[in-house]
Amino acid sequence: MNPFVSRSSANRVIPGFGLSLGFTIFYLALIVLIPLSAIFLKTFTMSWDAFWSAVTSPRVMASYRLSFGAALIGALINVIFGGIVAWVLVRYKFPGKRFIDALVDLPFALPTAVAGITLTSLYSSNGWIGQYLEKLGIKVAFTPLGVVLALTFIGLPFVVRTVQPVLEDAERELEEAAASLGASPWQTFIRVILPGIVPALLTGFALAFARATGEYGSVVFIAGNMPMVSEITPLFIITKLEQYDYAGATAIAVVMLVVSFVLLLTINLLQAWTRKRAGKS
Amino acid sequence: MSAVLDTVAKDAAAPAPRRATHTLEPRWVRHALITVALLFLTLFLFVPLVAVFFEALKRGWATYVEAVIDPDALAAIKLTFIAAGISVPLNLVFGVAASWAIAKFDFRGKSVLLTLIDLPFSVSPVIAGLIYVLLFGAQGWFGPWLMDHDIKILFAVPGIVLATVFITFPFVARELIPLMQAQGSEEEEAALVLGASGWATFFRVTLPNIKWGLLYGVILCNARAMGEFGAVSVVSGHIRGETNTMPLQVEILYNEYNFTAAFAIASLLALLALVTLAIKSLIEWRLHAARKTNLQMQTTEHRA
Repeated sequence: MNPFVSRSSANRVIPGFGLSLGFTIFYLALIVLIPLSAIFLKTFTMSWDAFWSAVTSPRVMASYRLSFGAALIGALINVIFGGIVAWVLVRYKFPGKRFIDALVDLPFALPTAVAGITLTSLYSSNGWIGQYLEKLGIKVAFTPLGVVLALTFIGLPFVVRTVQPVLEDAERELEEAAASLGASPWQTFIRVILPGIVPALLTGFALAFARATGEYGSVVFIAGNMPMVSEITPLFIITKLEQYDYAGATAIAVVMLVVSFVLLLTINLLQAWTRKRAGKS
Repeated sequence: MSAVLDTVAKDAAAPAPRRATHTLEPRWVRHALITVALLFLTLFLFVPLVAVFFEALKRGWATYVEAVIDPDALAAIKLTFIAAGISVPLNLVFGVAASWAIAKFDFRGKSVLLTLIDLPFSVSPVIAGLIYVLLFGAQGWFGPWLMDHDIKILFAVPGIVLATVFITFPFVARELIPLMQAQGSEEEEAALVLGASGWATFFRVTLPNIKWGLLYGVILCNARAMGEFGAVSVVSGHIRGETNTMPLQVEILYNEYNFTAAFAIASLLALLALVTLAIKSLIEWRLHAARKTNLQMQTTEHRA
Protein backbone atom coordinates (compact mmCIF):
# COMPACT_ATOMS: atom_id res chain seq x y z
CA MET A 1 0.00 0.00 0.00
CA ASN A 2 1.52 3.26 -1.05
CA PRO A 3 1.32 5.77 1.79
CA PHE A 4 0.93 8.68 -0.64
CA VAL A 5 -2.24 7.38 -2.30
CA SER A 6 -5.37 8.39 -0.47
CA ARG A 7 -7.88 5.63 0.14
CA SER A 8 -10.62 7.35 -1.80
CA SER A 9 -8.56 7.08 -5.01
CA ALA A 10 -10.58 5.25 -7.61
CA ASN A 11 -7.85 5.04 -10.23
CA ARG A 12 -6.67 1.60 -9.19
CA VAL A 13 -6.42 0.37 -12.80
CA ILE A 14 -3.93 2.97 -14.00
CA PRO A 15 -0.35 1.78 -13.50
CA GLY A 16 2.86 3.71 -13.10
CA PHE A 17 2.09 5.77 -10.00
CA GLY A 18 5.27 4.81 -8.17
CA LEU A 19 7.46 5.22 -11.23
CA SER A 20 6.06 8.58 -12.39
CA LEU A 21 5.83 10.21 -8.95
CA GLY A 22 9.17 8.74 -7.88
CA PHE A 23 10.90 10.12 -10.95
CA THR A 24 9.12 13.48 -10.59
CA ILE A 25 10.26 13.93 -6.99
CA PHE A 26 13.79 12.66 -7.72
CA TYR A 27 14.25 15.03 -10.67
CA LEU A 28 12.65 17.95 -8.81
CA ALA A 29 15.01 17.42 -5.86
CA LEU A 30 18.06 16.99 -8.07
CA ILE A 31 17.49 19.97 -10.37
CA VAL A 32 15.59 22.45 -8.20
CA LEU A 33 15.35 21.75 -4.48
CA ILE A 34 18.89 20.63 -3.57
CA PRO A 35 20.62 23.32 -5.68
CA LEU A 36 18.25 26.01 -4.37
CA SER A 37 18.92 24.96 -0.78
CA ALA A 38 22.61 25.75 -1.41
CA ILE A 39 21.67 29.45 -1.38
CA PHE A 40 20.05 29.26 2.05
CA LEU A 41 22.77 27.01 3.52
CA LYS A 42 25.44 29.41 2.29
CA THR A 43 23.86 32.32 4.18
CA PHE A 44 23.81 30.24 7.38
CA THR A 45 27.62 30.39 7.34
CA MET A 46 27.39 34.19 7.69
CA SER A 47 26.91 35.99 10.98
CA TRP A 48 23.64 37.89 11.34
CA ASP A 49 25.47 41.24 11.37
CA ALA A 50 27.39 40.40 8.20
CA PHE A 51 24.16 39.27 6.52
CA TRP A 52 22.26 42.36 7.62
CA SER A 53 24.94 44.81 6.49
CA ALA A 54 25.22 42.98 3.13
CA VAL A 55 21.50 43.28 2.40
CA THR A 56 21.04 46.84 3.66
CA SER A 57 24.08 48.69 2.29
CA PRO A 58 23.12 52.01 0.65
CA ARG A 59 24.04 50.72 -2.82
CA VAL A 60 21.89 47.62 -2.52
CA MET A 61 19.00 49.64 -1.03
CA ALA A 62 19.16 51.91 -4.09
CA SER A 63 19.05 48.81 -6.31
CA TYR A 64 15.96 47.46 -4.50
CA ARG A 65 14.22 50.81 -4.96
CA LEU A 66 14.98 50.76 -8.69
CA SER A 67 14.19 47.06 -9.28
CA PHE A 68 10.94 47.00 -7.33
CA GLY A 69 9.92 50.56 -8.22
CA ALA A 70 10.43 50.13 -11.96
CA ALA A 71 8.77 46.68 -11.86
CA LEU A 72 5.77 48.27 -10.11
CA ILE A 73 5.44 51.07 -12.66
CA GLY A 74 5.91 48.65 -15.57
CA ALA A 75 3.25 46.30 -14.20
CA LEU A 76 0.83 49.22 -13.69
CA ILE A 77 1.34 50.39 -17.29
CA ASN A 78 0.61 46.82 -18.38
CA VAL A 79 -2.58 46.64 -16.30
CA ILE A 80 -3.96 49.69 -18.12
CA PHE A 81 -2.78 49.02 -21.67
CA GLY A 82 -2.82 45.21 -21.36
CA GLY A 83 -6.42 45.49 -20.16
CA ILE A 84 -7.31 47.61 -23.19
CA VAL A 85 -5.51 45.20 -25.56
CA ALA A 86 -7.33 42.19 -24.07
CA TRP A 87 -10.67 44.00 -24.37
CA VAL A 88 -10.06 45.00 -27.98
CA LEU A 89 -8.89 41.49 -28.95
CA VAL A 90 -11.94 39.80 -27.39
CA ARG A 91 -14.72 42.26 -28.24
CA TYR A 92 -13.89 43.91 -31.55
CA LYS A 93 -13.18 42.80 -35.09
CA PHE A 94 -10.53 44.54 -37.13
CA PRO A 95 -8.10 43.59 -39.88
CA GLY A 96 -4.93 41.81 -38.75
CA LYS A 97 -6.45 40.75 -35.42
CA ARG A 98 -5.13 37.18 -35.56
CA PHE A 99 -1.62 38.39 -36.34
CA ILE A 100 -1.70 40.90 -33.48
CA ASP A 101 -3.08 38.29 -31.10
CA ALA A 102 -0.14 36.01 -31.93
CA LEU A 103 2.35 38.88 -31.64
CA VAL A 104 1.33 39.61 -28.02
CA ASP A 105 3.50 36.69 -26.86
CA LEU A 106 6.61 38.14 -28.53
CA PRO A 107 8.22 39.42 -25.30
CA PHE A 108 7.85 35.90 -23.99
CA ALA A 109 9.45 34.22 -27.01
CA LEU A 110 12.09 36.81 -27.85
CA PRO A 111 15.38 36.21 -26.01
CA THR A 112 15.87 38.93 -23.40
CA ALA A 113 19.30 39.96 -24.71
CA VAL A 114 17.76 40.63 -28.14
CA ALA A 115 15.04 42.74 -26.55
CA GLY A 116 17.69 44.56 -24.54
CA ILE A 117 19.94 45.62 -27.42
CA THR A 118 16.96 46.47 -29.65
CA LEU A 119 15.25 48.73 -27.12
CA THR A 120 18.59 50.38 -26.36
CA SER A 121 19.27 51.17 -30.02
CA LEU A 122 15.69 52.45 -30.52
CA TYR A 123 15.76 54.78 -27.52
CA SER A 124 19.40 55.93 -27.54
CA SER A 125 19.92 59.56 -28.56
CA ASN A 126 20.37 58.70 -32.26
CA GLY A 127 17.78 55.89 -32.34
CA TRP A 128 14.47 55.83 -34.24
CA ILE A 129 12.44 56.90 -31.22
CA GLY A 130 15.15 58.32 -28.95
CA GLN A 131 16.08 61.17 -31.29
CA TYR A 132 12.58 62.65 -31.10
CA LEU A 133 12.31 62.19 -27.34
CA GLU A 134 15.72 63.85 -26.99
CA LYS A 135 14.32 66.99 -28.64
CA LEU A 136 11.57 67.03 -26.01
CA GLY A 137 14.24 66.77 -23.32
CA ILE A 138 13.38 63.18 -22.41
CA LYS A 139 16.26 60.74 -22.03
CA VAL A 140 15.23 57.08 -21.90
CA ALA A 141 18.32 54.97 -22.62
CA PHE A 142 20.84 54.75 -19.76
CA THR A 143 18.40 56.22 -17.22
CA PRO A 144 15.89 54.64 -14.78
CA LEU A 145 13.21 55.43 -17.39
CA GLY A 146 14.91 52.88 -19.66
CA VAL A 147 14.58 50.27 -16.91
CA VAL A 148 10.82 50.98 -16.73
CA LEU A 149 10.57 50.66 -20.52
CA ALA A 150 12.34 47.28 -20.63
CA LEU A 151 10.29 45.91 -17.72
CA THR A 152 7.06 47.09 -19.38
CA PHE A 153 8.09 45.23 -22.54
CA ILE A 154 8.80 41.91 -20.83
CA GLY A 155 5.64 42.07 -18.68
CA LEU A 156 3.33 42.86 -21.61
CA PRO A 157 1.87 39.36 -22.31
CA PHE A 158 0.93 38.58 -18.70
CA VAL A 159 -2.04 40.92 -18.17
CA VAL A 160 -3.38 40.38 -21.72
CA ARG A 161 -3.25 36.59 -21.41
CA THR A 162 -4.87 36.42 -17.97
CA VAL A 163 -7.68 38.87 -18.76
CA GLN A 164 -8.48 37.51 -22.26
CA PRO A 165 -10.07 34.16 -21.22
CA VAL A 166 -12.09 35.83 -18.44
CA LEU A 167 -13.52 38.38 -20.88
CA GLU A 168 -14.32 35.59 -23.36
CA ASP A 169 -16.33 33.74 -20.72
CA ALA A 170 -18.05 36.87 -19.38
CA GLU A 171 -21.81 36.85 -19.76
CA ARG A 172 -22.80 39.52 -22.25
CA GLU A 173 -26.43 39.19 -21.16
CA LEU A 174 -25.57 40.91 -17.89
CA GLU A 175 -24.22 43.93 -19.73
CA GLU A 176 -27.25 44.02 -22.00
CA ALA A 177 -29.52 43.78 -18.96
CA ALA A 178 -27.67 46.66 -17.29
CA ALA A 179 -28.00 48.75 -20.46
CA SER A 180 -31.69 47.99 -20.88
CA LEU A 181 -32.27 48.98 -17.25
CA GLY A 182 -30.88 52.40 -18.11
CA ALA A 183 -27.20 52.15 -17.17
CA SER A 184 -24.81 54.24 -19.25
CA PRO A 185 -21.93 52.42 -20.97
CA TRP A 186 -19.59 53.88 -18.34
CA GLN A 187 -21.79 52.66 -15.48
CA THR A 188 -22.03 49.24 -17.10
CA PHE A 189 -18.26 49.10 -17.31
CA ILE A 190 -17.65 50.16 -13.70
CA ARG A 191 -20.48 48.17 -12.11
CA VAL A 192 -20.73 45.05 -14.28
CA ILE A 193 -17.61 44.42 -16.33
CA LEU A 194 -14.84 45.64 -14.04
CA PRO A 195 -15.77 43.57 -10.96
CA GLY A 196 -15.62 40.45 -13.13
CA ILE A 197 -12.12 41.08 -14.45
CA VAL A 198 -10.50 42.54 -11.31
CA PRO A 199 -9.13 39.19 -10.08
CA ALA A 200 -7.62 38.52 -13.51
CA LEU A 201 -6.16 42.03 -13.70
CA LEU A 202 -4.57 41.56 -10.27
CA THR A 203 -3.18 38.14 -11.23
CA GLY A 204 -1.71 39.57 -14.43
CA PHE A 205 -0.27 42.48 -12.46
CA ALA A 206 1.35 40.12 -9.94
CA LEU A 207 2.77 37.89 -12.70
CA ALA A 208 4.22 40.85 -14.60
CA PHE A 209 5.62 42.33 -11.38
CA ALA A 210 7.19 39.02 -10.32
CA ARG A 211 8.81 38.51 -13.71
CA ALA A 212 10.09 42.09 -13.79
CA THR A 213 11.75 42.07 -10.35
CA GLY A 214 14.16 39.29 -11.35
CA GLU A 215 14.65 40.36 -14.96
CA TYR A 216 18.23 40.83 -16.13
CA GLY A 217 18.85 40.41 -19.87
CA SER A 218 16.54 43.05 -21.27
CA VAL A 219 17.51 45.62 -18.63
CA VAL A 220 21.33 45.57 -18.45
CA PHE A 221 21.80 47.05 -21.90
CA ILE A 222 19.39 49.97 -21.54
CA ALA A 223 19.93 50.75 -17.83
CA GLY A 224 23.37 52.31 -18.01
CA ASN A 225 24.15 50.44 -14.77
CA MET A 226 25.32 53.41 -12.70
CA PRO A 227 25.65 52.47 -9.02
CA MET A 228 23.01 54.21 -6.86
CA VAL A 229 21.16 55.48 -9.96
CA SER A 230 20.40 52.83 -12.57
CA GLU A 231 21.76 49.57 -11.14
CA ILE A 232 19.17 46.79 -10.73
CA THR A 233 19.46 44.18 -7.96
CA PRO A 234 20.23 41.18 -10.25
CA LEU A 235 23.12 43.16 -11.77
CA PHE A 236 24.39 44.02 -8.30
CA ILE A 237 24.47 40.27 -7.50
CA ILE A 238 26.64 39.73 -10.57
CA THR A 239 28.92 42.62 -9.57
CA LYS A 240 29.37 41.00 -6.14
CA LEU A 241 30.18 37.67 -7.83
CA GLU A 242 32.78 39.30 -10.05
CA GLN A 243 34.42 40.68 -6.88
CA TYR A 244 34.44 37.08 -5.49
CA ASP A 245 32.13 38.23 -2.68
CA TYR A 246 30.05 35.02 -2.83
CA ALA A 247 28.57 35.50 0.63
CA GLY A 248 27.42 39.05 -0.18
CA ALA A 249 25.91 37.94 -3.51
CA THR A 250 24.11 35.05 -1.82
CA ALA A 251 22.70 37.26 0.95
CA ILE A 252 21.09 39.59 -1.60
CA ALA A 253 19.86 36.55 -3.57
CA VAL A 254 18.11 35.28 -0.42
CA VAL A 255 16.25 38.58 -0.06
CA MET A 256 15.13 38.37 -3.70
CA LEU A 257 14.15 34.70 -3.35
CA VAL A 258 12.00 35.42 -0.29
CA VAL A 259 10.26 38.22 -2.20
CA SER A 260 9.65 35.87 -5.17
CA PHE A 261 8.25 33.13 -2.91
CA VAL A 262 5.83 35.61 -1.34
CA LEU A 263 4.81 36.75 -4.83
CA LEU A 264 4.37 33.14 -6.00
CA LEU A 265 2.10 32.45 -3.03
CA THR A 266 0.11 35.63 -3.74
CA ILE A 267 -0.27 34.65 -7.40
CA ASN A 268 -1.53 31.17 -6.45
CA LEU A 269 -4.13 32.70 -4.12
CA LEU A 270 -5.16 35.24 -6.78
CA GLN A 271 -5.55 32.49 -9.39
CA ALA A 272 -7.72 30.46 -7.00
CA TRP A 273 -9.84 33.60 -6.50
CA THR A 274 -10.11 34.13 -10.27
CA ARG A 275 -11.29 30.54 -10.75
CA LYS A 276 -13.82 30.87 -7.92
CA ARG A 277 -15.20 34.07 -9.44
CA ALA A 278 -15.37 32.48 -12.87
CA GLY A 279 -17.13 29.43 -11.41
CA LYS A 280 -19.76 31.55 -9.71
CA SER A 281 -20.89 33.60 -12.68
CA MET B 1 4.31 32.87 -16.39
CA SER B 2 2.00 29.93 -15.88
CA ALA B 3 -0.93 32.03 -16.99
CA VAL B 4 0.68 32.50 -20.37
CA LEU B 5 1.51 28.82 -20.63
CA ASP B 6 -1.92 27.70 -19.55
CA THR B 7 -3.70 29.11 -22.58
CA VAL B 8 -3.87 25.88 -24.57
CA ALA B 9 -5.40 23.90 -21.76
CA LYS B 10 -7.86 26.68 -20.97
CA ASP B 11 -8.67 26.94 -24.63
CA ALA B 12 -9.33 23.21 -24.84
CA ALA B 13 -11.51 23.12 -21.75
CA ALA B 14 -13.46 26.36 -21.91
CA PRO B 15 -16.73 26.70 -23.81
CA ALA B 16 -16.58 28.40 -27.20
CA PRO B 17 -16.52 32.19 -26.86
CA ARG B 18 -19.66 33.96 -27.88
CA ARG B 19 -19.50 35.80 -31.16
CA ALA B 20 -19.48 39.55 -30.69
CA THR B 21 -22.84 40.42 -32.22
CA HIS B 22 -23.08 44.06 -31.29
CA THR B 23 -21.48 46.38 -28.80
CA LEU B 24 -23.12 48.62 -26.27
CA GLU B 25 -20.53 51.38 -26.22
CA PRO B 26 -20.59 54.25 -28.73
CA ARG B 27 -18.68 53.87 -31.98
CA TRP B 28 -16.09 56.54 -31.08
CA VAL B 29 -15.19 54.68 -27.86
CA ARG B 30 -14.65 51.51 -29.87
CA HIS B 31 -12.42 53.28 -32.38
CA ALA B 32 -10.48 55.06 -29.63
CA LEU B 33 -9.82 51.81 -27.78
CA ILE B 34 -8.69 50.00 -30.94
CA THR B 35 -6.39 52.92 -31.76
CA VAL B 36 -4.85 52.99 -28.27
CA ALA B 37 -4.30 49.21 -28.30
CA LEU B 38 -2.74 49.25 -31.76
CA LEU B 39 -0.49 52.21 -30.95
CA PHE B 40 0.72 50.54 -27.76
CA LEU B 41 1.44 47.24 -29.51
CA THR B 42 3.10 48.97 -32.47
CA LEU B 43 5.40 50.91 -30.18
CA PHE B 44 6.29 48.01 -27.91
CA LEU B 45 6.21 44.99 -30.22
CA PHE B 46 6.15 45.81 -33.90
CA VAL B 47 8.78 48.57 -34.03
CA PRO B 48 11.37 46.59 -32.00
CA LEU B 49 10.79 43.52 -34.15
CA VAL B 50 11.33 45.46 -37.37
CA ALA B 51 14.35 47.23 -35.85
CA VAL B 52 16.17 43.92 -35.17
CA PHE B 53 16.09 42.92 -38.83
CA PHE B 54 16.73 46.47 -40.05
CA GLU B 55 19.86 46.86 -37.90
CA ALA B 56 21.07 43.39 -38.92
CA LEU B 57 20.75 44.08 -42.66
CA LYS B 58 21.77 47.76 -42.55
CA ARG B 59 25.20 47.13 -44.06
CA GLY B 60 23.92 44.74 -46.69
CA TRP B 61 23.48 41.03 -47.16
CA ALA B 62 27.22 40.24 -47.51
CA THR B 63 28.10 41.75 -44.13
CA TYR B 64 25.17 39.90 -42.60
CA VAL B 65 26.29 36.51 -43.93
CA GLU B 66 29.87 37.24 -42.90
CA ALA B 67 28.74 37.94 -39.32
CA VAL B 68 26.74 34.71 -39.19
CA ILE B 69 29.45 32.41 -40.58
CA ASP B 70 32.17 33.90 -38.36
CA PRO B 71 33.80 30.91 -36.54
CA ASP B 72 32.97 32.32 -33.08
CA ALA B 73 29.35 32.86 -34.14
CA LEU B 74 29.11 29.31 -35.52
CA ALA B 75 30.60 27.94 -32.28
CA ALA B 76 27.98 29.92 -30.33
CA ILE B 77 25.19 28.55 -32.55
CA LYS B 78 26.49 25.00 -32.03
CA LEU B 79 26.67 25.41 -28.24
CA THR B 80 23.13 26.85 -28.17
CA PHE B 81 21.85 23.76 -30.02
CA ILE B 82 23.76 21.43 -27.66
CA ALA B 83 22.32 23.15 -24.55
CA ALA B 84 18.77 23.06 -25.93
CA GLY B 85 19.26 19.54 -27.31
CA ILE B 86 20.04 18.21 -23.84
CA SER B 87 17.74 20.30 -21.66
CA VAL B 88 14.56 20.03 -23.77
CA PRO B 89 14.45 16.16 -23.87
CA LEU B 90 15.26 15.97 -20.13
CA ASN B 91 12.45 18.36 -19.23
CA LEU B 92 10.15 16.61 -21.72
CA VAL B 93 10.57 13.26 -19.90
CA PHE B 94 10.08 15.04 -16.58
CA GLY B 95 6.99 16.86 -17.85
CA VAL B 96 5.34 13.62 -19.00
CA ALA B 97 6.16 11.80 -15.74
CA ALA B 98 4.97 14.69 -13.57
CA SER B 99 1.71 15.18 -15.47
CA TRP B 100 0.99 11.41 -15.41
CA ALA B 101 1.46 11.31 -11.63
CA ILE B 102 -0.49 14.51 -10.99
CA ALA B 103 -3.34 14.10 -13.51
CA LYS B 104 -4.03 10.38 -13.10
CA PHE B 105 -3.70 9.91 -9.34
CA ASP B 106 -4.83 11.51 -6.10
CA PHE B 107 -2.24 11.89 -3.40
CA ARG B 108 -1.47 14.10 -0.45
CA GLY B 109 0.71 17.14 -1.06
CA LYS B 110 -0.28 17.49 -4.72
CA SER B 111 -0.74 21.26 -4.54
CA VAL B 112 2.65 21.62 -2.83
CA LEU B 113 4.21 19.59 -5.65
CA LEU B 114 2.52 21.83 -8.24
CA THR B 115 3.89 24.95 -6.54
CA LEU B 116 7.39 23.45 -6.35
CA ILE B 117 7.31 22.64 -10.07
CA ASP B 118 6.57 26.33 -10.71
CA LEU B 119 9.47 27.51 -8.56
CA PRO B 120 12.07 28.02 -11.31
CA PHE B 121 9.66 30.48 -13.00
CA SER B 122 9.83 32.80 -10.02
CA VAL B 123 13.59 32.60 -9.47
CA SER B 124 15.60 35.37 -11.12
CA PRO B 125 17.84 33.98 -13.90
CA VAL B 126 20.84 35.51 -12.18
CA ILE B 127 20.06 33.57 -9.00
CA ALA B 128 19.66 30.37 -11.05
CA GLY B 129 23.21 30.89 -12.27
CA LEU B 130 24.46 31.78 -8.79
CA ILE B 131 23.24 28.40 -7.49
CA TYR B 132 25.69 26.54 -9.74
CA VAL B 133 28.54 28.88 -8.78
CA LEU B 134 27.89 28.00 -5.12
CA LEU B 135 27.77 24.27 -5.93
CA PHE B 136 30.56 23.83 -8.45
CA GLY B 137 32.73 26.98 -8.13
CA ALA B 138 36.27 26.85 -6.75
CA GLN B 139 34.93 27.75 -3.28
CA GLY B 140 31.71 25.73 -3.74
CA TRP B 141 30.50 22.50 -2.14
CA PHE B 142 31.90 20.24 -4.86
CA GLY B 143 34.58 22.66 -6.11
CA PRO B 144 37.66 21.07 -4.46
CA TRP B 145 36.56 17.53 -5.35
CA LEU B 146 35.96 18.50 -8.99
CA MET B 147 39.34 20.21 -9.10
CA ASP B 148 41.08 17.08 -7.74
CA HIS B 149 39.44 14.95 -10.41
CA ASP B 150 40.00 17.52 -13.14
CA ILE B 151 36.30 17.84 -14.02
CA LYS B 152 35.10 21.22 -15.26
CA ILE B 153 31.46 22.15 -14.78
CA LEU B 154 31.51 25.89 -14.10
CA PHE B 155 32.75 28.08 -16.96
CA ALA B 156 32.32 25.04 -19.24
CA VAL B 157 29.57 23.35 -21.25
CA PRO B 158 28.10 21.23 -18.37
CA GLY B 159 27.42 24.37 -16.31
CA ILE B 160 25.62 26.00 -19.24
CA VAL B 161 23.49 22.88 -19.75
CA LEU B 162 22.63 22.68 -16.02
CA ALA B 163 21.60 26.34 -15.86
CA THR B 164 19.43 25.88 -18.98
CA VAL B 165 17.78 22.75 -17.54
CA PHE B 166 16.92 24.69 -14.36
CA ILE B 167 15.47 27.69 -16.22
CA THR B 168 13.32 25.58 -18.58
CA PHE B 169 12.34 23.01 -15.93
CA PRO B 170 8.56 23.73 -15.65
CA PHE B 171 7.67 24.41 -19.30
CA VAL B 172 6.46 21.00 -20.55
CA ALA B 173 4.97 19.99 -17.18
CA ARG B 174 2.96 23.24 -16.87
CA GLU B 175 1.52 22.64 -20.32
CA LEU B 176 0.62 18.96 -19.90
CA ILE B 177 -0.76 18.90 -16.34
CA PRO B 178 -3.93 20.97 -16.97
CA LEU B 179 -4.45 19.27 -20.35
CA MET B 180 -4.28 15.74 -18.92
CA GLN B 181 -6.41 16.75 -15.95
CA ALA B 182 -9.09 18.04 -18.31
CA GLN B 183 -9.02 14.85 -20.38
CA GLY B 184 -9.52 12.48 -17.43
CA SER B 185 -8.50 8.82 -17.59
CA GLU B 186 -11.55 6.94 -18.93
CA GLU B 187 -9.85 6.09 -22.24
CA GLU B 188 -6.76 4.73 -20.46
CA GLU B 189 -8.93 2.68 -18.10
CA ALA B 190 -10.80 1.17 -21.06
CA ALA B 191 -7.52 0.22 -22.78
CA LEU B 192 -6.16 -1.35 -19.61
CA VAL B 193 -9.34 -3.31 -18.91
CA LEU B 194 -9.18 -4.64 -22.47
CA GLY B 195 -5.71 -5.99 -21.68
CA ALA B 196 -3.26 -3.39 -22.97
CA SER B 197 -0.03 -3.04 -21.01
CA GLY B 198 0.76 0.20 -19.18
CA TRP B 199 3.34 1.36 -21.75
CA ALA B 200 1.12 0.38 -24.69
CA THR B 201 -1.72 2.39 -23.13
CA PHE B 202 0.56 5.39 -22.76
CA PHE B 203 1.92 5.27 -26.32
CA ARG B 204 -1.31 4.27 -28.11
CA VAL B 205 -3.93 6.14 -26.05
CA THR B 206 -2.44 8.95 -23.96
CA LEU B 207 0.25 10.20 -26.31
CA PRO B 208 -2.07 10.76 -29.32
CA ASN B 209 -4.40 12.69 -27.00
CA ILE B 210 -1.75 15.00 -25.63
CA LYS B 211 0.47 15.38 -28.70
CA TRP B 212 -0.47 19.01 -29.46
CA GLY B 213 -0.09 20.14 -25.86
CA LEU B 214 3.22 18.29 -25.74
CA LEU B 215 4.46 19.98 -28.90
CA TYR B 216 3.34 23.34 -27.55
CA GLY B 217 5.29 22.81 -24.34
CA VAL B 218 8.35 21.61 -26.24
CA ILE B 219 8.55 24.63 -28.56
CA LEU B 220 8.15 27.08 -25.67
CA CYS B 221 10.77 25.15 -23.69
CA ASN B 222 13.10 25.19 -26.69
CA ALA B 223 12.64 28.94 -27.29
CA ARG B 224 13.53 29.71 -23.71
CA ALA B 225 16.45 27.24 -23.70
CA MET B 226 17.99 28.80 -26.80
CA GLY B 227 17.38 32.36 -25.67
CA GLU B 228 18.35 32.16 -22.00
CA PHE B 229 20.77 34.90 -21.07
CA GLY B 230 21.01 35.77 -17.36
CA ALA B 231 21.57 32.31 -15.89
CA VAL B 232 23.92 31.21 -18.64
CA SER B 233 25.85 34.48 -18.41
CA VAL B 234 26.71 33.80 -14.75
CA VAL B 235 28.04 30.26 -15.33
CA SER B 236 29.59 30.63 -18.78
CA GLY B 237 32.83 32.50 -18.13
CA HIS B 238 32.46 34.08 -21.61
CA ILE B 239 35.25 32.17 -23.34
CA ARG B 240 35.00 33.02 -27.05
CA GLY B 241 34.38 30.08 -29.34
CA GLU B 242 34.04 27.77 -26.32
CA THR B 243 31.46 28.78 -23.72
CA ASN B 244 29.46 31.45 -25.54
CA THR B 245 25.88 30.73 -26.49
CA MET B 246 24.10 32.88 -29.09
CA PRO B 247 22.68 35.41 -26.58
CA LEU B 248 26.10 35.75 -24.94
CA GLN B 249 27.73 36.25 -28.34
CA VAL B 250 25.19 39.02 -29.00
CA GLU B 251 26.21 40.70 -25.74
CA ILE B 252 29.96 40.51 -26.47
CA LEU B 253 29.60 41.88 -30.01
CA TYR B 254 27.30 44.66 -28.78
CA ASN B 255 29.69 45.70 -26.01
CA GLU B 256 32.48 45.83 -28.60
CA TYR B 257 30.34 48.31 -30.60
CA ASN B 258 30.13 45.73 -33.40
CA PHE B 259 26.41 46.51 -33.69
CA THR B 260 25.76 45.01 -37.12
CA ALA B 261 27.23 41.64 -36.15
CA ALA B 262 25.41 41.72 -32.81
CA PHE B 263 22.10 42.35 -34.57
CA ALA B 264 22.88 39.66 -37.17
CA ILE B 265 23.06 36.99 -34.44
CA ALA B 266 20.12 38.66 -32.68
CA SER B 267 18.07 38.42 -35.88
CA LEU B 268 18.56 34.63 -35.91
CA LEU B 269 17.17 34.52 -32.36
CA ALA B 270 14.31 36.82 -33.37
CA LEU B 271 13.56 34.46 -36.26
CA LEU B 272 13.45 31.58 -33.79
CA ALA B 273 10.97 33.59 -31.70
CA LEU B 274 8.78 34.25 -34.77
CA VAL B 275 8.80 30.57 -35.78
CA THR B 276 7.90 29.66 -32.19
CA LEU B 277 4.96 32.08 -32.23
CA ALA B 278 3.80 30.80 -35.62
CA ILE B 279 3.81 27.14 -34.51
CA LYS B 280 2.13 28.14 -31.26
CA SER B 281 -0.66 29.95 -33.12
CA LEU B 282 -1.12 27.01 -35.51
CA ILE B 283 -1.51 24.61 -32.58
CA GLU B 284 -3.99 26.95 -30.91
CA TRP B 285 -6.11 27.22 -34.06
CA ARG B 286 -5.99 23.45 -34.45
CA LEU B 287 -7.19 22.89 -30.90
CA HIS B 288 -9.84 25.54 -31.45
CA ALA B 289 -11.10 23.78 -34.58
CA ALA B 290 -10.97 20.36 -32.90
CA ARG B 291 -13.02 21.72 -30.03
CA LYS B 292 -15.61 23.17 -32.38
CA THR B 293 -16.13 19.87 -34.22
CA ASN B 294 -16.29 18.11 -30.85
CA LEU B 295 -19.03 20.47 -29.69
CA GLN B 296 -20.93 20.00 -32.96
CA MET B 297 -20.70 16.23 -32.64
CA GLN B 298 -21.99 16.45 -29.09
CA THR B 299 -24.98 18.55 -30.09
CA THR B 300 -25.90 16.27 -33.01
CA GLU B 301 -25.60 13.20 -30.76
CA HIS B 302 -27.83 14.97 -28.30
CA ARG B 303 -30.46 15.58 -30.93
CA ALA B 304 -30.37 12.05 -32.34
